[in-house]
This record gives sequence, structure tokens and C-alpha cells, in this order.
Amino acid sequence: MALLHRRKVVARLLSPRGDDLLVVAGLGAPAWDITSAGDHPLNFPMWGGMGGALAVGLGLALAQPEKRILVITGDGELLMGLNSLATVGVSQPTNLAIVTLDNEVYGETGKQKTHTGFGVDLSAVAASCGFQNSSIITSYSELDNFTQQLGSDGLMFAQVKVDAESDQLVLPPRDGALLKNRFRESLLGSSCHFAN
Amino acid sequence: MGLEKHWSETVFDLILDQDISLVSFVPDAGLSQLIDLCVAHDAVQTVRLTSEEEGVSLAMGSWLGGKKSLLLMQSSGVGNCVNMLSMLNTCQVPLPMIVTMRGDWGEFNPWQVPMGQGTESVLKEMGVTTFKAQRDDEVGEFAEGAIRLAFNTYRATAVLIGQRILGAKTFGR
Repeated sequence: MALLHRRKVVARLLSPRGDDLLVVAGLGAPAWDITSAGDHPLNFPMWGGMGGALAVGLGLALAQPEKRILVITGDGELLMGLNSLATVGVSQPTNLAIVTLDNEVYGETGKQKTHTGFGVDLSAVAASCGFQNSSIITSYSELDNFTQQLGSDGLMFAQVKVDAESDQLVLPPRDGALLKNRFRESLLGSSCHFAN
Repeated sequence: MGLEKHWSETVFDLILDQDISLVSFVPDAGLSQLIDLCVAHDAVQTVRLTSEEEGVSLAMGSWLGGKKSLLLMQSSGVGNCVNMLSMLNTCQVPLPMIVTMRGDWGEFNPWQVPMGQGTESVLKEMGVTTFKAQRDDEVGEFAEGAIRLAFNTYRATAVLIGQRILGAKTFGR
């Protein structure tokens, strides 16, 4: 079976895109992928903090219970913060969805194999941490089904099997303060800059 | 003396007063009263962490979503946060932290000492402004200053609570 392609996966997840979707991307290719689908103030592409994407998503989900939060990250990034699956599973935020683009390699550092390349099953880990909706996605029809479910409540985890091709770099802004401030302004209004 | 408020109550009052709505923690004996107060109150969401660095990235997300958070940990947990603190520094995200010390005054366990002795300098190296309390009556005052400094100036701050205040863990010796 042909593997999915990460850019196509992310494009299908993010377009069309509603105003109520807040997106966090783990460092490396996922950050370039969401930017390739269109730079957006309600994107938070991480340039560091490896292993932290899930917890960023959890903090956002708890702060904004009316919004759908989508964390898009890689298998290497998720493996570095695997414990956060347990923390999210205990918190059970029904507005958080996690998509792991699993190419089984560290794409930014020379395509060394990750643990998923040796058989570690991330969706089974998520399920055992309390994600009732946890799946491995190997086709675009399964992906479209997942994307539709983003519109309703539910804690979700998907491990999307993608190829290990490297795409053209599409870089988001690097200034963390800018990324944070434009996100907050878009979400909370410019009054957030005046609040104490 | 017995009628004076425990520092945990003073810090908890600050949490409510400063509209801090999310408190994350890895437990420590010295934090147990404060954790209990937070867990019991409806105005405060609590997240129990598996590792302290989760609390740093959680604060990033919480602030993106417009909510203030506070992180509670033992000093050994500071070592687990180091790289993640880069994010707060780079993104100018406010996060006050309350750190109860080990490897400090009267420590029994030698394995706690290296991280305990390095805690404050590690925090400083990562751009966190620190205040170390050695007397009970300093904790509330330092916590207020640290919380205000964090949210007024968009930075990470930490109050270190010395073992002289908490009492050293003696393992029955």
C-alpha cells in the first residue's frame, strides 16, 4: 500500500479551514507543512521545544474550550514527549486532536530511523493512555473521515503513515514573540495587549 | 504564631487575586498543602504532570489561549525543564514558578545535592528571574513580586523555597 504524503495530508486537514481551528505544529517538517498549507495567525509553528507540542496543545485546549485545537507533529517529536499522551489522557480535553505524521525517521537530521521504524505503535500507546478515538491512518479516505470528525467534540489521536520524502522548505516566521502575539491578537483581539 | 497563615494559603490567595486559572504540578511534600488548595477550588484548573517540562509548554499553550498559569515543582524538576524554558524566553511568555528546594539546608540524601545546589544558577542561565526565600514570612511577599513581575513583563520567574523553611527530609534519622 502506498504511503500518504505529508503535505497532501496537512492540506486536507487545513483546507477549508474554519475560524474555530487553532493549530500547533511540532518543530521541523510539521511546522513547514502547516505553513505550506497557508501561513495563518492561528498557527503556532514551533521552532524548538522538542517534545513539547502536545503540552502546548493541552494548555491551549484548556484555555479555549470552545475552539478545536489541532496538534500536528512528527513521530520523533512525539516520542520525545511520549509521557504527554498520559497527561492529555488524564485531562481528557474533548477539543484536542493530535495528528502524528509518522515517517519513521528523523527527517531534519539525516533520516535516521525513529522507534516507530522499529515497530513502536503510537496509536496503541495513545489508546492505553485513555484516547478512546485513536487510529492508524493509511489512506486518504480514512484521513477525510478523521478530518470530518474534527468538527464535533472528542479527544482524538491519529498516527498517519507518511512517506519519508523531504519537501521544499516553506518556513514560517522565526520570531517567537511575533508568532505568539499575532496568535493572541487574532484569537483574543487587540485588547489582549492592554490587559494587565 | 499558630494563628499566622501558612505560606501555602498566602500563595493560593495570590493565585485567585491574580486570575491565575491554571496550576500545573509535579508533587512535592513541601507543596502538598498548596496543591490540595488548588485541586479543591473550582476557579483553578489543575494539571498533574509526569515531568516538569510539560508544565513549561503547557504554560505556552495556556498563554496563547489567554489564560495565566503557574507551575509548581521540586528543585530536581528544574533540571527537567531546561531546554523547554528556551521557548518562554524566545516567545516572551510569562510563567511564575514555585520551586521547593531539596539538596539544600539539612539535606540527608546526597543524590539530591548536585541539582539542588545548581537549581538557582540553572534557572538564571535560562533567563528565569529568581527569588530565594529562607524565612517563612518571605514566601508570600516573594511570590507576589514574582507573579507580578512575570505577568507585567512577560517573563519566567521562580520563587525558591529553602529547606530551612520546609524542613529537611530526614528519612527517620
